[in-house]
This record gives sequence, structure tokens and C-alpha cells, in this order.
Amino acid sequence: MDKPKVAICWLGACGGCDETVVDINEVLLRVAGVVDIVLWPVAMDFKYDRLKGMQNGEIALSVINGNVRNSEQEEIAKLLRDKSRLVVAFGACACFGGTPGLANLTTKSDIFNWVYRDAPTVVNPNGNYPQVSSRANGEELTLPEFYGRVYPLNAIIDVDYYLPGCPPPPYLVMYALSAVLENKLPAKGSVLAPRRALCDSCGRNKSKPDRISIKEVKRIHEVEADPNVCFLAQSIICLGPATRDGCGESCVRINLPCRGCFGPVEGVEDAGAKFVSAMAAILDAESDEEIIRVVSQIIDPVGYLYRFTLPASILQKSA
Amino acid sequence: MSDRITINPITRLEGHGKIEIFLDDKGEVRDVYWQVVELRGFERFCIGRPVEELPRIMPNICGVCPTPHNMAAVKALDDLYGVEPTPAAKLIRQLQYNAFMVEDHLLHFYILSSPDFVLGPTADPADRNVLGVVQKVGMDIGGRMIEVRKRCREIIKHIASKPAHPEGGLPGGVSIVITEEDRKWMKETANLCVAFCQFSLQLFRQVVLENKEYLSLVLSDAYKLNTYYLGQVDEDNRVNFYEGKLRIVDPKGNEYARFDCHEYVDYIGEWVEPWTYIRLTHLRKIGWKGLNEGETTALYRVGPLARLNVADGMLTPLAHKEFETMFGVLASKPAHHTLAYHWARLIEALQAAEHMQRIANDPLLTSRDIRNMDLNLGKVGVGCVEAARGTLIHHYEADVDGRATKVNLIVATQHNAAPICLSVKKAAMEFIKGSEVKEGFFNMVEMAFRAYDPCLGCATHALPGQMPLVVNIRNSEGSLLRAVRRP
Repeated sequence: MDKPKVAICWLGACGGCDETVVDINEVLLRVAGVVDIVLWPVAMDFKYDRLKGMQNGEIALSVINGNVRNSEQEEIAKLLRDKSRLVVAFGACACFGGTPGLANLTTKSDIFNWVYRDAPTVVNPNGNYPQVSSRANGEELTLPEFYGRVYPLNAIIDVDYYLPGCPPPPYLVMYALSAVLENKLPAKGSVLAPRRALCDSCGRNKSKPDRISIKEVKRIHEVEADPNVCFLAQSIICLGPATRDGCGESCVRINLPCRGCFGPVEGVEDAGAKFVSAMAAILDAESDEEIIRVVSQIIDPVGYLYRFTLPASILQKSA
Repeated sequence: MSDRITINPITRLEGHGKIEIFLDDKGEVRDVYWQVVELRGFERFCIGRPVEELPRIMPNICGVCPTPHNMAAVKALDDLYGVEPTPAAKLIRQLQYNAFMVEDHLLHFYILSSPDFVLGPTADPADRNVLGVVQKVGMDIGGRMIEVRKRCREIIKHIASKPAHPEGGLPGGVSIVITEEDRKWMKETANLCVAFCQFSLQLFRQVVLENKEYLSLVLSDAYKLNTYYLGQVDEDNRVNFYEGKLRIVDPKGNEYARFDCHEYVDYIGEWVEPWTYIRLTHLRKIGWKGLNEGETTALYRVGPLARLNVADGMLTPLAHKEFETMFGVLASKPAHHTLAYHWARLIEALQAAEHMQRIANDPLLTSRDIRNMDLNLGKVGVGCVEAARGTLIHHYEADVDGRATKVNLIVATQHNAAPICLSVKKAAMEFIKGSEVKEGFFNMVEMAFRAYDPCLGCATHALPGQMPLVVNIRNSEGSLLRAVRRP
């Protein structure tokens, strides 16, 4: 029997999700033995033409990482969807838009004007900007169109499963691979990670008081945080209560607060909004002045709340 | 008019790019364009973010070389807050940094480039990958390489959180201490790294340098580019990845400039072309002279070969010996032979491994004094490191609340963008003659590119297969003359 075909492809990505696949180490070689990897641009030389030549549904599984913010990424995402029976959105960028999704707070022209005109090192006397079509030496050269905003994968194609994280940790990659290869997948649309919040498994839980009550918000570099005590109890913003578990506390373990790369917990659509309600519950402020004073200390609300999830948030729904 | 060859997408390197090759009427290559097709805008969407969050956001620029971005960001914060990290913090940071250099450099050599030499540049593409290498030289090596990478990434994970997205580091220090228990396994890892780097250099000698055909390829004109070179060195002009001064030498090896990273704007210009999203850096005081090399060039290169060209020696003894050997064989300094990047990369890996050993044995490593809390927020912070692929500069400006107001990044592969285009063009001109396009041409052109280890080099992991590539050769009316398929 033919080996199932698998594609691993990156769109608007940084390469970290591909590195995490390599981080399954020897297991990767075993997997490579039982599947037929037909596309993995970062690692193998199969070109898009091969993909275009395939039948629809010929690929058993496409693992897609990265968000979509240009025309080529949209084209490849749609091509992979057509050719694949299952599509997994792999990593925070594919699931929610990821950190580069913060670019939705700015505009294409703002980005272009800085990058190609105003940055102090730019030397551009001819006022050049990258063009979808330009001429050089009498020949036409083309570039993909840079879109006005960043999209998570499910805004462009139908996604079957989600594996969050920045990047997803290797052990979850292995669970996901086993589930696919053994045909033990949960319902379509599921997130292949634990269902509850990071707080549930956090080692600092024991130190959490019954009622957290903070009168100010401190920034991590201004204090020497106690590595054994809940960050929120130390008045340090930590997105643990509103973030799906599964990362193994990679940041908390090195004494840095959670920034939400696993996205919202099961059943919650918008992690940022959930965290706002969590904060409201623990801020100790009664009068309007007090409330304003404390809340003003959260100096970058959108950056804390939506670091990884802005394009998928309810803030962006009407865009 | 003329024929045109498109290679799209480029694979086994920074994922989204293509190469356009134009042929003249005689079928000779007349021009080549290496186009980068992606942009994300970090310099803009980081504005408004609290600066202490930037070491956590910037590694998302690249998941293959995230540690350099994390480190350049942390150093920019030290500068912005006018704070000197504690001695223990510096050791811990450099342990993370050197562990990264070892695993990244070795991964590039074994997975990306060794197939070209162990199997041969024109070997059957189905064999010309890491599994073919393992088959030829033995299963032992692949396993050792995986082990070394795993263990180095354990160190990065321990100090800075996830190896593909390290978030550690604070202005004036690091966030966790190293215990004596940690030291034990970190020392073991460092020793393993030194041994494996030495082995890798020995392998390179046996397989490449002692093979007359490969050696002549390394020394050939097709893979040679006369440019300036930029790299960071310490006060004795030795290669230093973490800190130092920036030094530029001209194509003849004379010092052209030596400056503190704060002055980078005076020396580095970014040129813009409409056919690529990447900005093409060049020497600002000379001014953009186009894509050319030699006496009139404004182009400079960065990365392993450039760093060794710029320096008078390596930081550590075993690596320094290899440095002297390399320049002896190449018979010139600076060495302009692009394929020597592979050699220089291994020498750097050895330095990083030796430095790991030094740090792992340093009593101060386990000191609990990991944070200097004397923070004085200024307006500007510049952090510079030598990333695996070249000089990396993070420049931040902040408001009185410590929010970023301005961000400028000069990223390693950018410095090499224009040289890469030239290298690819030279290789194409050498290996395409007339209207016949040989199969081996594709890989020989890719080798010109591959030596620079452009951004995504180390995530590549060449698994069994075919490297299918279709090249359509069309005449000026667009009719297909020939389709050449590499199976």
C-alpha cells in the first residue's frame, strides 16, 4: 500500500514551527519512513509545480504554519486545501495570526514608508518601493502583493485541526502525529492540546492566595520576581488564567510571566477579552480615580492581551 | 529578445524567494535577480510595546536564529537603561549564545551543505541529502549530530525558554540562576560539542580539502567575490560573537573602518529596488554602486568567512589553530572564496564550543547575582551581536514610560543580499554556456547561494527525495522552447 502523503508548508512564518518538527529528533526519521513527504519547502526541494500537478485530496495531511499576508501565501494555502484531505493549522501564526498579527494595528503604507523611505539607514534617492510588477533590463519582474492586513489560516481556508503554541512543543507535535497516523483524531475543529488554562497545571498554584487582590501593576524588569509565587499575586501581568495549557510552562519556569502563545482555553473565543475579565476580578480599586490609576499602569493593553491572537480576535471581526 | 529561467520557490533556505535568470541571444547568462518576496513589518508593529517585551517578540523574526534576535534585543535594553549586566548574567547569556552558535552552525553544515561535498555537487539528487551522507560515512555521525543539537538546545531552553523562540533576558541581567546541578550536565554538553566540532573539521578536511576536484572548486573564480567584509571583534581583533567593536576591511584587507555599533547609521546604507522586498545594504560613505564587486564596489559581506577575514585571530586556542591553517591553504587574507564560508563556519562552531567549556567551568556561572537593578531609562538603545549569519543590530528608542517609539533593525542576511545575487549570477554564468542547460547546473548555482547559509538554512533537513525542479525556457513571445525537468 502506498505511504500516506504529507505536506509541511510555511506561509507567513519565521521557521520556528519547522524547527520544532525537527526537535522531535530521531522520531522524525521514523515518521519519514512511514509517510511520503511531498512538500516541505524549508527542508526539501519539491517545488510548487509538483503540488499543482496533484489530484485533489491526494495528500492525506497538510501541516501548515504561518499566517497569510500576501497573495502568494493565499494561493498556496488554497492549493494545499484543494489537494489535502486534512489540514492542520500548526502554531500560533496559523491558528490566530501570531505576533506579526500586531501589524494589524498599523497599515501597509505605514510599514512601507518606514521600511523603504524613513528608516535612518535607508538610501533611496529614486523613491523606489517594491512593486507587484517592475521592469529590470527590459524584463518584467514580479512580487506577491502585500496585503493590508494579516489573516489567520481559517480566514482563508477551512481548517480541520489546530495545534497552538509559539512554537508547539515537540511532545504535542508527536501526539498530533500519532493521532493522525493511528486515525484517532477527535472531532473536526478540535484543538490538539489540553483544554484548560495554564493556571491549572502551573507549579506556582500552591502559592496562590484564595483571593488575589492587587493595587498596582508592576513590570517584570522593575522587580526581582519571586520564582515560586504566582505572578498575578506579585502584581505582575501574567496571561495564565486566559491561556490554554500545554506549553509545559516554558516561560514561567524561567521566571517570566505567560504571554498567551497557546491562545484561548476551550470554549473561549477571545483570550484577550477573557483576560480583561480576569484582571477586573483581581484589581483592588473602588473609586473611578483608583480604577483609572491602576488600569493606566497597564501600559500596552493590546500588546499584552493580543500578542499572538489579534487577527483572530473579536476586535478584528468587522475588518 | 532573450530567454528567461525562473527558479521558484527557492528551497532549503529562507523560504520565500525566487531567482530569475536572463539569457542573451547566444544563450549566455546576462543577468540574474535574487528576489525576496516577503515582509512583515516588525520595525512598525513593535512601536507602542513596552521595551522589556521586545526580547520576547523579536525572536519571532526568525525561528531558526531566534537567539541572536533575543540577545541583540536584551543588549539594546542594557544600553537603553544604561545598565551593565552582572558578571554572572554575562556568562549565562554567553552560554546560551555559544550553545546556539554550535547547534546552528553544525546543523547547516551537516544537513544543508555536506551533501554537496560528501556525495558530490552533481550527484543524483535522490542521494544528495543527509541520508545519503549518513549512508556514505556511517550511521554514527547522524546520531551524534542529532544528539549535539538536542543537548545545545536543552541549554537554551533551560536559560531562555523555548529554543525556537527564546524569551529570556532582562535589562541588566537574566531571569534565572544556574545551579551546580545544572553545571554538571552543561559541562558534559560543552565537552561533547568540542569533540564533535573537531571531528567535523576533520571530516571537512578529508572529504573536501583532500579531494583535488573539490579543492579546486573552493578556489575557483566561479565561487569568488571581491567585496569588503564586516564583523565584530574584541580589542585584540579576535572574533567575538557577543560583544566588541565593528570592523570593516576592504577587498585587500586594509582596515576601512572601526566603530562602535551606535555609529552604524554612518556606515550602513539600505538601498531599495522595486523587484525585491529586502533592502540591499552597502557602504554608505562609498554610495550605492550597483551589483558589482572589486575596486569600485560598495558591497560588503558578513557571516563566518567575513568575520574571519576581519579578525586577526579566534578567541580560543583550538579554533585559532584552525584559523591559521585555513588562511594558509587559501593563501590570501581576506579570502574571497565563497565556498570557504563552510570551512569558516566549522571553525566558528569550534570557538563557540570551546567558549562553552570555558564558561561551564567558570566558578561565577552559578552566582546568584544575576540582576543589576540600577536601571536608568534613556532615550536610545543599540544592541549588536554577531548572529550565525552575520552582524545583527537592534536599535530602539523609547518614551518616558519605556514604550518603544522607534525601531530600526539591520538583520544579518540583508548585508549579504546583494553579494548573494552576484554570487548566484557568477555561478550561473560559469555553468550555463550556450543553449544547453545541464542538470548539474541547478545545484552548482544553488551552492553559490547555500554557502551564505541564508536565514532559514538551519531548519533545513534534507530528507530522502527527489529534488524536482522544472525549468521552462521560453522565447520572447512566451512560447515554450524547452522544459528541463530535474526528476
